[in-house]
Amino acid sequence: MTDLREREPIEDDVASPKLERKARRRSSWRGFMHAAPAYVYLTVFFTLPLIIVFVFSFATRSNIGLPSLSDWNFDSWTRLAHPLVRTIAIRSFWMATFNTLLCLVLAYPFAYWIATRSKQLTRTLLLIAVLVPFWSNFLVRTYAWRMLLDSDGYITQVGQALGLWDRMLFTAPAVFIGLVYGYLPFMVLPLYAALERMDWDLVEAGRDLFASGPKAFQKITLPLSKPGIIAGSILVFIPSLGAYVTPDILGGGKTNLLGNFIALQFGSAANWPFGSALSSTILIVMLFATVVYFRAGGRTV
Amino acid sequence: MTSRNAATSRWTDRLLAINGWLVFAFLYLPIIMVVVFSFSASANVGIWGGFSLRWYERMFANEQLMNSLQNSVIIALISTVVATALGTAAALSLDRYRRWIGRGAFDGLLYLPIIIPDVAMAVMLLMWFTQTELIPFGRTSITLAHIAFNISFVAIIVRARLANMDPAMEDAASDLYAGRWKTFSNVTLPMILPGVLGGALLALTLSLDDVVITSFVQGPGATTLPVYVFGLIRKSITPEINAVSTLMITISMLLVLGSLGLQQRAERRN
Repeated sequence: MTDLREREPIEDDVASPKLERKARRRSSWRGFMHAAPAYVYLTVFFTLPLIIVFVFSFATRSNIGLPSLSDWNFDSWTRLAHPLVRTIAIRSFWMATFNTLLCLVLAYPFAYWIATRSKQLTRTLLLIAVLVPFWSNFLVRTYAWRMLLDSDGYITQVGQALGLWDRMLFTAPAVFIGLVYGYLPFMVLPLYAALERMDWDLVEAGRDLFASGPKAFQKITLPLSKPGIIAGSILVFIPSLGAYVTPDILGGGKTNLLGNFIALQFGSAANWPFGSALSSTILIVMLFATVVYFRAGGRTV
Repeated sequence: MTSRNAATSRWTDRLLAINGWLVFAFLYLPIIMVVVFSFSASANVGIWGGFSLRWYERMFANEQLMNSLQNSVIIALISTVVATALGTAAALSLDRYRRWIGRGAFDGLLYLPIIIPDVAMAVMLLMWFTQTELIPFGRTSITLAHIAFNISFVAIIVRARLANMDPAMEDAASDLYAGRWKTFSNVTLPMILPGVLGGALLALTLSLDDVVITSFVQGPGATTLPVYVFGLIRKSITPEINAVSTLMITISMLLVLGSLGLQQRAERRN
């Protein structure tokens, strides 16, 4: 320790504006260097592809479907106004919205139930139990319903015996079951997080002041869990809007949705510029929605 | 009795419990059924026909399938290691260094791959690989694509961990004349290790999970297990898919259990 005290004070060691500036510059440089590898990687494999897609949405479709680089125009963008595109966009929007609502209705009482267990250990174990099936492959989880709803399967047999449904596979209800099954945990987790850290004494105070249970819930619990509702809705809505695997497997690829429609342009429809215009639109909409959400969230939450 | 469970009446609570167990049944039963039916002798996927291992025999004899499994494992491991290193450094740069040129843009860029739909990212990467013609479609292109979406997820998880960490510990270490590298390896890394492991697990899972992006950037003869299985499901479903699904479920469960164990050990050491 003695050499510590004996150390000669070097000129730079004395606190001065000069030293502070130097430290700030060094820290700024280090921050940049830490980020540099990821920065470069994402610039090359994210920003650049983003620009390419945007630029090629103005290209012309050649005979083989690949964009030709000679003729630039707005054709692909004007095609977005086509009634078919509008139908598909509206259908996707409603499917995503309805799926978000279904998840919310199912997940809220569920998350509430977990968050109101008095022991911390019980809550943690129940939450892990929600996550375990969620970690298994999304494709496998979708396939599970493909198997269960198969035309010879037990669910179909039960439905036919009771006269409730004839065949569920390749119908809209099947797609919804798959979507809810796939994205429900996205809703449960933020709802649980919001309810878990809530100050429950507030609810008790409300009850003490002669508010009924439902009233206390409506006036206290619900508003306090709003950040969870918003976060969960966004987490479910975004992937539902671009859903590709679920409508394909459970809808039989018959229900035309945005995700499948975009993929189609790069597959059998072979119209890359139009597919690029569609992708650009969905990107712009998502970006806009996210910015609006964060701006609004920053003010109210 | 705490105010937490006094918030609902006994009857409401009972209804909530019934609903809770029903949701758990909804979450677990389909997966359990796939596992059960993978041992069924019946050639019909959803019908029980006595115990048999024939679908597992067929699965292990399927060369294409085993090849895609091997691809999946290699791609997942490489993309996880690279994405974890890059994502952790990115999280450190945003949490520890408040002011540097381009920080705001980087912060936004890092979140983008998470918020855009899979299909859009798939299209972007497909266009990049076809237009630049630098890398042929195959294992390399899939790995590069997986790193691109994994960096962001790792960064978010590690950043959440860093936010809960006291920077005073690092200051103390450097005050005691520990070099920057020593401070990182002896103080910072052990403290954020649970976060780094959590991020790595998520990256591994996402890589093993991905169908959409991989199916756009795959090459002839080089595909991953989920994309191969997706192709099978689209054609016609056979109980062999039940066996593959059970294999994939087992892999995921082992990964989660392993990483939970590692995280616990890392937490206890702190």
